[in-house]
Amino acid sequence: MTGAAGIGWYGVALAIVGGALRVSTPYLFVSLGEVLTEKSGRVNLGLEGTLLMGAMTGFAGATLTGSPWLGVLAAGAAGAAFGLLHAAICNLPRVNDIAVGIALFLFGIGLAFYLGKPFIAPRAAMLPALPLGAWSDEPAVRAALEISPLFLIGAALAVALQWGIANTRLGLLLRMAGESADAARALGRSVNAIRTLATTAGGFLAGVGGAFLSLYYPGNWNEGLSSGQGLMAIALVIFARWSPLRCLWASLLFGGASALGPALQTVGVTSGYYLYSAAPYLLTLVLLVYSSSTRHALSGAPSELSISR
Amino acid sequence: MTTSARERPPSLEVRDLDKRFGSVQALSRASVQFRSGRMHALLGENGAGKSTLVKCVMGYYRADRGTILVDGTEREIRSPLQSRALGLGMVYQHFTLVSQMTVAENLILGRAHLPAVIDWRSEHRLLGEFMRGMAFRLDTGALVASLSAGEKQKLEILKQLYLGRRFLVLDEPTSVLTPDEADQVLGEMRTLVDRGMLTVVLITHKFREVMRFAQDVSVMRGGRVLLTTETAATSVDALAQLMFGGDTAVGAAPAMDRTRAPGDVYCEVRELNAQGDRGTLAVADATFALRKGEILAIAGVSGNGQRELVEVLAGQREATGGSIRVDGRPYARSRREMQRYGVFLLTEEPLLNDCVRSLSVMANLALRRYDQPPIAWHGWLRRRVLRQWAEALIARYRIHASSPLARIDTLSGGNVQRTVLARELSEDVRLLILQNPCFGLDAAAAAEIRAQIAAARDRGVAVLLVSEDLDEVLELSDRIAVMSGGRIVFECERANADRYELGRHMTRSADAQPEAA
Repeated sequence: MTGAAGIGWYGVALAIVGGALRVSTPYLFVSLGEVLTEKSGRVNLGLEGTLLMGAMTGFAGATLTGSPWLGVLAAGAAGAAFGLLHAAICNLPRVNDIAVGIALFLFGIGLAFYLGKPFIAPRAAMLPALPLGAWSDEPAVRAALEISPLFLIGAALAVALQWGIANTRLGLLLRMAGESADAARALGRSVNAIRTLATTAGGFLAGVGGAFLSLYYPGNWNEGLSSGQGLMAIALVIFARWSPLRCLWASLLFGGASALGPALQTVGVTSGYYLYSAAPYLLTLVLLVYSSSTRHALSGAPSELSISR
Repeated sequence: MTTSARERPPSLEVRDLDKRFGSVQALSRASVQFRSGRMHALLGENGAGKSTLVKCVMGYYRADRGTILVDGTEREIRSPLQSRALGLGMVYQHFTLVSQMTVAENLILGRAHLPAVIDWRSEHRLLGEFMRGMAFRLDTGALVASLSAGEKQKLEILKQLYLGRRFLVLDEPTSVLTPDEADQVLGEMRTLVDRGMLTVVLITHKFREVMRFAQDVSVMRGGRVLLTTETAATSVDALAQLMFGGDTAVGAAPAMDRTRAPGDVYCEVRELNAQGDRGTLAVADATFALRKGEILAIAGVSGNGQRELVEVLAGQREATGGSIRVDGRPYARSRREMQRYGVFLLTEEPLLNDCVRSLSVMANLALRRYDQPPIAWHGWLRRRVLRQWAEALIARYRIHASSPLARIDTLSGGNVQRTVLARELSEDVRLLILQNPCFGLDAAAAAEIRAQIAAARDRGVAVLLVSEDLDEVLELSDRIAVMSGGRIVFECERANADRYELGRHMTRSADAQPEAA
């Protein structure tokens, strides 16, 4: 291999790292939200719709108020409202959480398209980036290490959730509701209340993930914005075995896979661009096939989940 | 937490309690006094009203009439929260522990006021101090899933004590324990009672436990409390007379021809391996042979691979190794082979595993035969023939159903069991596989089903009886194999079997090598 090509491939690696840091944020927020929900014993498949609602609300909020951070809060609130709706419907007797999730998934997408129409043209106030690569002279390094504060918040949140699930009252109650609803009831705890809280918080996080899409990267509002990232984040939770910290690593892996196509383009590999763009979807398939078994249930899955029973 | 250990534990009295469920009078004028600091056995058959009585006391049900006195003061207990506040606690038959959490986490969770952030170091220290004051101890860091059934039972009791409850109701606490574990748990409870720390009500139908551990005993039948006395002042015969209402045939073992020698080997299982639901090895090199006209019992504590073994034999679970041969030929568990070799089975929880819940009794009876003549005629179902055939079975097995077309899930547990047995004990049965066939039945229904099993054996059927009830195993079997950690660890003739020796093999570690006696 020649020297020039060596630098080129180094550039590809750098672009993948940069892409991973950039693209992983929505995966991270949605998967953390889904971990919270699933730890309480319910699956919320509607997070793709919540993600898009968050993107639309965040963009609209930032456009109308001029503050991207108020947009992020508005996105979280919209996500929380969707989570609350999912929980409220699932609290009714004999309601299936999967079916409700699919309904809310489609409803969220439709509502976001409908309410978001007027915002397709303008450009909102964007979230700032932290130039962590400023020490370097190389533009490639600078570009790769330009990091959104939301990513850092998400990474800190993953650590905090990992700790909180093991060491706080709320964490213990959350796990109890997800592992044994009978035990929770025998102790006089309301399983529905715990699950409502968890699903609402999970929706909030997914909404914030959506705000990242419209206010940072790619940084605009259109109808194809989420492109299934919310659904893949749910699959990622299974791969991460319901651990917030592993969600962080898995999100980076998925982000890196998404950046593969654009990164190869920078060194002139243009053939098969769309094939490389399919990398994260392919990765989802491969990982799910790899981590599944016909013989036994998934280890680490909360016992109350409908997929565990 | 441990509120003033010197204070006397609560006493409790119920007077003239009535409770009716629909057309059933579950309690009628039931009166009993549980004295402070005593171990009091509540003896009776399933359906005698023991559970209803204590559930009224614990606030799960409200009695239609009658009064409850705690420490001599009349109390109205409307909800479990109120009974808890009075220091009354209940240890359930089924475990209410979270299996994927540690012992410490399970204990802490019951507390009314959990701190927002838990300081595990100080909690473990406090729990350690609490455990030192108890008769039994557990490792607070262990995952509940890794505990044995006896340890889980102890943790349930510890949880109640940790929460400061000093009046404990134990609902059939030894039903999942080996004799040694049962003696240990009850012995340690008795120690706490003798130290003046506890009042215990022990719900049971085992005379052995009553005579050995309880100080007082009450007998219930048909919703009434017939007698309350000190254990020392009565005898097993007198208690049995009251409990079964003078019907001595009910408690007796079924008549079997013990003189007949068994026939040839009919079913041979060699080095069978299978995985459990979580991917661990659940059945490990299980090997046994079953002869015609004998009952081979597989004894063991619940969760040692019995369920997986039966599922493999039933064709519901894949084996990962080993072989099954029936009548000398490999057996692949297809429907055609089941019919050719006459393999029938009754698994645990028949309503869940052996029945289609939403179908009628008639349809469930026909599941084995609907595709064969005379019920099937060139692919068509002959409903009139089917109905006559079903009605004959319903009459013969005394299944109480409003009609052959009644949904199976409207029947009582005993009737579901009889329905499945009627289907499986057909004329061409040659290999019968049974798992806990009498679980949850009252003594009369259990005796009837055991008699059917004994009759099948005498007809030359090879019977594999997988049971957690050691009494049943000792009563029915010709040979006994013990399953522990997925292995057959011990095998002996019934005539040479010793209850305590079997119990010790049941709790042997999983890596122990099989041996024969």
